[in-house]
Amino acid sequence: MALPEKIKKTIDSIRHQFPTEQALLLPALHEVQNEFGWVSMESMKDIGEFLNLPVSKVREVASFYTMYRLEPAGKVDIQICTNISCWLNGADKMVECASRKLGISVGETTKDGNFTLSQVECLAACGTAPAMMLNEDYYENLTEESLTQLLDKAKADLLAGKEVGKETRKDGVWP
Amino acid sequence: MMYNNEHFEPVITPNVTKPGCETLDFYLQNENGYKALEKTLKMKPAEVVDEVKKSNLRGRGGAGFPTGMKWSFMPANPVDEKGNPKPKYLVCNADEGEPGTFKDRLIFTKTPHRMIEGMIIGGFAIGSNKGFVYIRGEWHKEIRLMQKAIDDAYAKGFLGKNILGSGFDFDLVIYKGAGAYICGEETALLNSLEGKRGEPRLKPPFPAQVGAYGMPSCVNNVETFAAVPYIISKGWEKYAKMGPERSGGTRLICVSGHVNKPGVYELPMNLSINDIIDLAGGVKGGKLKAVIPGGASAPMLRADECHCLTDYDSLAKAGTMAGSGGLIVMNDSVNIVEATYTLLKFYEHESCGQCSQCREGSHWLARMFKRILDGGGTQDDLDYIAKICSNMAGQTICAFADAVTGPALSSVRKFRGEFEELIMRGGLKGVGRVESFSHKLEGAHV
Repeated sequence: MALPEKIKKTIDSIRHQFPTEQALLLPALHEVQNEFGWVSMESMKDIGEFLNLPVSKVREVASFYTMYRLEPAGKVDIQICTNISCWLNGADKMVECASRKLGISVGETTKDGNFTLSQVECLAACGTAPAMMLNEDYYENLTEESLTQLLDKAKADLLAGKEVGKETRKDGVWP
Repeated sequence: MMYNNEHFEPVITPNVTKPGCETLDFYLQNENGYKALEKTLKMKPAEVVDEVKKSNLRGRGGAGFPTGMKWSFMPANPVDEKGNPKPKYLVCNADEGEPGTFKDRLIFTKTPHRMIEGMIIGGFAIGSNKGFVYIRGEWHKEIRLMQKAIDDAYAKGFLGKNILGSGFDFDLVIYKGAGAYICGEETALLNSLEGKRGEPRLKPPFPAQVGAYGMPSCVNNVETFAAVPYIISKGWEKYAKMGPERSGGTRLICVSGHVNKPGVYELPMNLSINDIIDLAGGVKGGKLKAVIPGGASAPMLRADECHCLTDYDSLAKAGTMAGSGGLIVMNDSVNIVEATYTLLKFYEHESCGQCSQCREGSHWLARMFKRILDGGGTQDDLDYIAKICSNMAGQTICAFADAVTGPALSSVRKFRGEFEELIMRGGLKGVGRVESFSHKLEGAHV
């Protein structure tokens, strides 16, 4: 298997912006993560081949950064910030609430493969704590009520076959 | 005005509450947008550097290094071994992730063109034709907005070839990070920008000699760039006058934690921490207990030390630092040991692992704090924490280890009684010593 044409095209389109081939590694990993939801060993080999890099280089970089998941995750990735300002404003309760609601602990994925729950480090949203990310979207000033609603909505959207957690990609919403 | 500072006016945030403030049209019509760039292009690069130097603008990312001086370190006409000219790069550090800091996000979403204009001026000053904006990967929305802003600036001829007919070229490219706190350290950022692991580099050579892709480079924070257009258009004197000696201009102070009105406040630096807490609506849910004044890495201050002013030098004198401007307020319901532990867990996770002192030290500190919380601590632990810290600070490639010891050491020093009480009581739940030291530290950390 080779890298999807779509990804190759995207990477080729930004190639001229960088002086080295390796600079394209992070963007390529982002594209793969975005396309498949995680970065498999297979994908790492493909990236290596495409960018003329040894697989070891690709893997050492992919394993360094937390945003690249080296194992499959749920379709909806719930990441709750538990760092100081969020913690001071009740992030623990939010984690507990999500955990109860989804029936999983932090770091786990629901059996149906729909939800993954994780703790994330500072999202730079301390003024609107507690904060979380639902796939690509930020949600801030969380309460147990709003969090429960968010999870319900995400589940309903998922069952209805809608894209979840990518509000900011929609035209007209932003910018 | 309660600031008692007649020279103060907002430099970066005068219009951030107005609708549409993030657009290029708004910036051009209401904020004299790109007029400072026009002025710059008629000046000599050395004059621009001089202007910034005299303004006393200091790096807003954390270290507080004078910006003009940093720019002046860039070689004028670097050449490689064969005598061919080398490119120079200007890099914007937008990997905002210091706990308690959220000002760059405000600039990105509300006034992105101010930062872009500052970068173009910076590029002109140091003789660079290419800039990179390194943005943290979680900011999907902010990255889209910044890309739109850059595209708009290209369309109007503020970026690209022959800017405003001056013959000066400048390109701006966004690079997306991938969730590593350490990439906010400038040399780690440069490695990451090259598509490598974000591990800090040994200095020297400094980035001004060997930076991004082996070329002379200059890295500045988002807020630093955003202050530059004002300095150029209004002159260094006006900017310098707003702050105390050696700390020119305003700062974006991010107030979070137990306050009634958390948020970003643009303020002069002659205010005390207490003044700022008052501005942010006062302490929420109890009395003031402790404050972290400059992002998580800054040593904490007790309530009785909060009369301290917030300029770089006053905070340094108080044994802490101005850092990134993240003011985290804690009320008296907070258990300091627990609060520090949440920070140490973060550092344990984010240590890049190059230096053993930091990799092991951050891990040990986190586990020792956990043990005290769980009821397994001893009085000796407190001295042991200090010992671990002294083996970390200043012993490593970058300042991360110093950052870990900031909260760890200051919490023990300033709230020792609380630690001792917790140890006597047998942890948060008061269950007594449940696990022995050797038991807890078994198993290597991977």
